[in-house]
Amino acid sequence: MALTAKDLVTDQDIRWCPGCGDYSILKQVQSVVADLGRKREDIVFISGIGCSSRFPYYMDTYGMHSIHGRATAIASGLKAARPELDVWIITGDGDSLSIGGNHLIHLLRRNFDVNILLFNNEIYGLTKGQYSPTSHEGKVTKSSPFGVLDHAFNPSAVALGADSSFFARTLDRDPKHMKEILKRGNEHKGASLIEIYQNCNVFNDGAFFTFTDKETKAGNAIFVEHNQPLIFGNDKNLGIKLDGFKPVIVNLDDGHSLNDLWIHDEQDYMKATLLSRMFDAPSKDSMPRPFGVFYSTDRGTYESAMEAQIAEATEALGKGDLDSLLAGNNTWVID
Amino acid sequence: MYLISQTKYAYFGYFCTRFLASMEAKKNELKEITILFAGDSGDGMQLTGNQFADTNANFGNDLATFPNYPAEIRAPIGTVAGVSGFQMKFGSTEIYTPGDECDVLVAMNAAGLKSSLHKVKKNGIIVANISGFDRKNLKLAQVETNPLEDESLANYTVQQIDISKLTQETLKDSALGRKDIERSKNMFVLGYLYWMFNREMKESITFLNQKFSKKPEILEANIKVLKAGYHYGDTTETFTTRYDVKKAELPTGTYRSIMGNQATAMGLIAAAKKSGLQLFYGSYPITPASDILHELAKHKNFGVKTFQAEDEIAAVTACIGAAFGGAMATTGSSGPGIAIKGEALGLAVMLEIPLVVVNVQRGGPSTGLPTKTEQSDLMQALFGRNGEAQTVVVAPRSPKDAFEAAYEACRLAVCHMIPVMLLSDGYIANGAEPWAFPKSSELKPFKPKFPNPKDYEEEPYMPYKRDENLVREWAVPGMPGLEHRVGGIEKEDLTGNISYDPDNHQHMVKTRAAKIDRIANDIPLQEIDQGQSTGKVLVLGWGSPYGAIKSATKILLEEGYEVSHAQLRYLNPFPKNLGEILNNYDKVLIPEINDGQLDILIRNKYLIPSIRLCKIKGLPFTTNEIIEKVKEIY
Ligand code: SF4
Repeated sequence: MALTAKDLVTDQDIRWCPGCGDYSILKQVQSVVADLGRKREDIVFISGIGCSSRFPYYMDTYGMHSIHGRATAIASGLKAARPELDVWIITGDGDSLSIGGNHLIHLLRRNFDVNILLFNNEIYGLTKGQYSPTSHEGKVTKSSPFGVLDHAFNPSAVALGADSSFFARTLDRDPKHMKEILKRGNEHKGASLIEIYQNCNVFNDGAFFTFTDKETKAGNAIFVEHNQPLIFGNDKNLGIKLDGFKPVIVNLDDGHSLNDLWIHDEQDYMKATLLSRMFDAPSKDSMPRPFGVFYSTDRGTYESAMEAQIAEATEALGKGDLDSLLAGNNTWVID
Repeated sequence: MYLISQTKYAYFGYFCTRFLASMEAKKNELKEITILFAGDSGDGMQLTGNQFADTNANFGNDLATFPNYPAEIRAPIGTVAGVSGFQMKFGSTEIYTPGDECDVLVAMNAAGLKSSLHKVKKNGIIVANISGFDRKNLKLAQVETNPLEDESLANYTVQQIDISKLTQETLKDSALGRKDIERSKNMFVLGYLYWMFNREMKESITFLNQKFSKKPEILEANIKVLKAGYHYGDTTETFTTRYDVKKAELPTGTYRSIMGNQATAMGLIAAAKKSGLQLFYGSYPITPASDILHELAKHKNFGVKTFQAEDEIAAVTACIGAAFGGAMATTGSSGPGIAIKGEALGLAVMLEIPLVVVNVQRGGPSTGLPTKTEQSDLMQALFGRNGEAQTVVVAPRSPKDAFEAAYEACRLAVCHMIPVMLLSDGYIANGAEPWAFPKSSELKPFKPKFPNPKDYEEEPYMPYKRDENLVREWAVPGMPGLEHRVGGIEKEDLTGNISYDPDNHQHMVKTRAAKIDRIANDIPLQEIDQGQSTGKVLVLGWGSPYGAIKSATKILLEEGYEVSHAQLRYLNPFPKNLGEILNNYDKVLIPEINDGQLDILIRNKYLIPSIRLCKIKGLPFTTNEIIEKVKEIY
């Protein structure tokens, strides 16, 4: 019997603040997971600590709400032991990029086949409003009354720097896009890092409104699609072309044609890194912020390499025999 | 096998022959010999010592070994800091320690002599490599005058041999470079010792054939030098006495040599196999635990999954993930690494999942003494986490015992759904001894508490429903209908749902503690290792001081002292009858390689004025230290 999104709802009361972006993500995830055709018992959600990390309690699958920053490492062990499971990691910007930064990059380079949903709200919500590693310089928060000194992390650049085999960005307020991206991430064989801009309406309200509000969205967000030119703007009249390695905004009404534009190629690592650098604070002259799948490449997963190595060793050495292991290769008899 | 995991640089040992009273009667027959090889880190002392140990074990002696090497891989050549030592005792009697004082010292250089002379018995034999005492070496060792030339060694029998030169001469026709030639000088020493103790070279030749099968020139050179050393003893008049150490009367059986880390690894493999679980070992390299990872990584054909994690936290949390998935999850480290794992261990306590954590203890605090042994992580093992988060603690007492202890740790973890700390130490990890290994059919299988989904078709699955031992079932992903969520936040009993209810929290803390207490019903009663069940002094030991306590007790009993020895395997919970045993003696002495941690636990639990014997020098106890303390308090 096929799962429905409803089947994935637990009896637990949801504790997020009313209006929090997490609700929309939960809804889309339930809907996508129901459509996967996987058995409920083969699905596992693992989270760390933070507002978003309550997530597993709201998914009627196997789940673990673990400790701060370690969901990625826990999922790595689970996936190594049980490659056949469908493993989802729920994490936040503090959880995955600050206290758990090390595990995140190592999971990405190893390329376990898991889905990482990084709820980025650019703030510490659960601890009530301190700046996070993705808060921008100068931001005033409870722990930075005179402004943040730290240079902000750029999650896409971190991911690509760690040789992530899949990176995508989406938004809580664009359920259709998010759903599409979640599906793409799940289809990808390997570690899929999906950054979701999530509004924390209590401690960092509006952090991403520039990219979601009707008036500003078109000019500040660009939705990239494989094999399609990079176009944005209210009238879809703006495009991005590459001047060498430099993205430049051009106006299609000024004699530029679609053929001049940068055609998005998910498999092109260099182009993906250029996308990841389109990260300026939104302004009149800034590049639009990209959303969509930046990069997707197929390379072997850790768990399959691990299984293959065991098979090879077993082939070469024969199936392990406990008695010969205990005896070793040098014994003597006392009689 | 333990040879393989040793450093490739063998040491030249010292042979300190013990001039026992029995020697006078029977000129050259000795019951036991303690020998110390001391040389530069690059001199191959560990390999030499291990070879000598293997050959004697094969011959039928009982023995114990103790490697002692510098923390730096390339400590300054020729200096005292760079001395690598390998001590061993072998004999025709049962041997429990690598020996206190040495009968023979093999000193490859001045630094080796300087650092080890105090360990040599009066009239002991010193085999000295003359070229290791040239001006340069004397200077590096900061020795004013050449001890081989002044009177300072008058109380010893000194055998001066120019080992370097004789090795070069042996290989003068070899195509090998100077460095390779110089490196094979340890084989000369080994050959010489084989002659001295009437041992055959054949096992070492087999070993060399395996080791250098792809380097025929080096193989040939090593065998040549080995034989040259042997013949040197044969043909020179310098050293006329040969010694005879007869076979030991050990229990009959088939034996092998085993090192502690290796035994630990094998215990984990065996436990996984006998419980039908997949073995997962997550670890981050750290001295002196890394050899467990090395050993396990070799046995992929047992389906072992080794995971060298990015850090200690990932090593243990990956295990938590694997355990959640139904694997026999194990991790290993040493004190500093265990400290970092603390938070994750708390999670494992909270989740109530099986996990074995091996702590191969070393000198602390902080980085402490990475290559030296200590037992100072007992409190850490019991309490080293936030909150009320005790773990079960099990300790091996010797290298071979690490097998059984590791097996038992896995059994307790799986059968009681709980993290178990296995407290080994550097002395056990790197020491070796003969082992009458068990057959796999003799190992008792144990059963994970996997629920049957069929039982939950009517009633809902409760992840924290418990049996009479307060143990919950282990439902793992893939079991239909048993989907559930676990987490580090306090949970409601039965359902596992988040609960901040005050009464529930107290109930859960007490339940987790009671669960450990009930393990006492599932472990053997404490036994007395030696001596009467009542008396004047009980020496209560745990971990690696076992051998020294055992030897000391034996001697004291022979001398007529009313002394007994009990050795704890279980540090948490204690065996049920321990209190009763302690009350049967006037005094309880607790020797530990720490500042009295078991003593604190015993005093707290049993309210007795136990007496500490603490040694915190990074070194194991000598038998004498225990004997003297017992006599002092007697
Ligand atoms: S604090 Fe912010 S992120 Fe957390 S639940 Fe409330 S709105 Fe959501």
